[in-house]
Amino acid sequence: MIRVALAVLRKDLLVELRTKESVPAMALFSLVTYVVFRFGLDRTSLEGDLAAGVLVVTLLFAAVLGINRLFVAEREQGGFDAFLLAPVDRSALLVAKALALLVILVAVEVVAVPAFVVLLLGPAFDPAALVVLALADVGIAVIGTLASALAVQTRARDLIVPLVALPLLVPLVIATAHGLSPLLSEGGGGLDAGWLAVLGLYDTVFVLLSYAVFDFLLED
Amino acid sequence: MPALPLDEAGKYVAGAYVVFLLLILVYVAIMAGRLSRLERELGELDDAVARRTPPSASSNGHEPAERVSAKEGDR
Amino acid sequence: MLYGKRLRGLAVASALVLSVAFALTFFYAPLDADQGFVQKIFYLHVPMAIVCLGGFIFGGICAIGLLRTGDRKWDLRSYVAIHLSLILGVGVLLTGMIWAKASWGSWWVWEEPTLVAFLVAFLLYATYQPLRFSIEDPEKQARYAAVFAVVAGAFVPLNFLAVRLAESLVHPRVLTATGGTMPGAMRLTFIVAVVGMTGLFVTLWKYEMASKNATFRLRALRRRLGDDELPPARRSAAPAAPS
Repeated sequence: MIRVALAVLRKDLLVELRTKESVPAMALFSLVTYVVFRFGLDRTSLEGDLAAGVLVVTLLFAAVLGINRLFVAEREQGGFDAFLLAPVDRSALLVAKALALLVILVAVEVVAVPAFVVLLLGPAFDPAALVVLALADVGIAVIGTLASALAVQTRARDLIVPLVALPLLVPLVIATAHGLSPLLSEGGGGLDAGWLAVLGLYDTVFVLLSYAVFDFLLED
Repeated sequence: MPALPLDEAGKYVAGAYVVFLLLILVYVAIMAGRLSRLERELGELDDAVARRTPPSASSNGHEPAERVSAKEGDR
Repeated sequence: MLYGKRLRGLAVASALVLSVAFALTFFYAPLDADQGFVQKIFYLHVPMAIVCLGGFIFGGICAIGLLRTGDRKWDLRSYVAIHLSLILGVGVLLTGMIWAKASWGSWWVWEEPTLVAFLVAFLLYATYQPLRFSIEDPEKQARYAAVFAVVAGAFVPLNFLAVRLAESLVHPRVLTATGGTMPGAMRLTFIVAVVGMTGLFVTLWKYEMASKNATFRLRALRRRLGDDELPPARRSAAPAAPS
């Protein structure tokens, strides 16, 4: 199963590398969103919970952009049928797509987080925030894949995905924002193990849940 | 916030219970609409059956039609 | 399966229990020291919320039934439960807002964790109908809706936990039953109200199931009689008759 998942993952990443469809757009979107926030909030420098909130929200909405496209190619080019015909464990597709989304999110953050530090962040950047973001990324990847798979058969795909994914991501936003805010404050706090635990738990639950239900979404 | 005096508080409490009542009544109205549609479709079904039995009209055909309309008359 | 059996008895019993609950609310339960008369909304709002969330979870369990057996009658059960819970959910939000306005002065209070968590869950389930409607193939529609119902059902308790964690660190609860622990008279009234509300939900659920099944059987009868004027089935979010 792992080999199959890795094969599909490699295919997706190669496609992304060659077409450069999602990552640049998502990164650009993050930058533009920072500018919008600067003017919307009428501030040039953020710290504490405001900084955490802006960062989380921006990443979330950039992620939604990427989630929409996750299964589209499979659907339009018959990848689903090919996958179903192959004698492989179907959950491999879930693993592959979730990992692909995770890689894409990390790639976007390579641009978006430094940009945030430069453009909007007041206090110095505490690298421990990357731990929080990593856990958040896992959650976004899993829930995003699930939402994308749910919506792929529908005609109103790009509407359904955010409507399904965002409420499911609210607890993740809560935990991430609370985890980030002491790290982004002046003379800040440290890494709060409690919120990390909440994030980890939420991620685990959704990984298990997605694994359990994913097969049903792939049946013909 | 300190507790509202009874005359003001009463309006809010009444409002909440009215919301509950309205929800139930709206639901009843929707179900009533469904019931009448069901009745209408049953009527069309009656017609469909009546249209099929005329070839075998005579005594056989009449009775079922009478039985059905008798039931409707009862209601 | 006949859902109309014993439905009348259940309906009467529910009406009775709810009436007793309301009578207890206004004539028996003591007046709350802090919130005064406004606290009476508690006996309506919280039972509705509990039954609504229970309905969502019940819908999720029925959805598991569909996924495991493939029998579409589970899909109908799941759909009706979630549909009813959504209607109740609107009531919960409205009565919650009225309670917030009366006791806190503003129509919405972010400090009340259960109301906020409820809003999030409600917004999620509000997607259920559009999701169903957008999938045309009835068998796929049932299956995808079932997956959604299972995930959302699992999400409900997680969501409440998470929001509770977020808010309780900063603010005290706003819409509580009482300042301290609940005296016995209040607790009795509350339990009766929950029982009555559950009875109401089950009654309405059976009512709706009976109505839908009757419609399906009627359609099937029409088809068997070869009625040519049968209107073509419209695209809908509701489950179609199991073929």
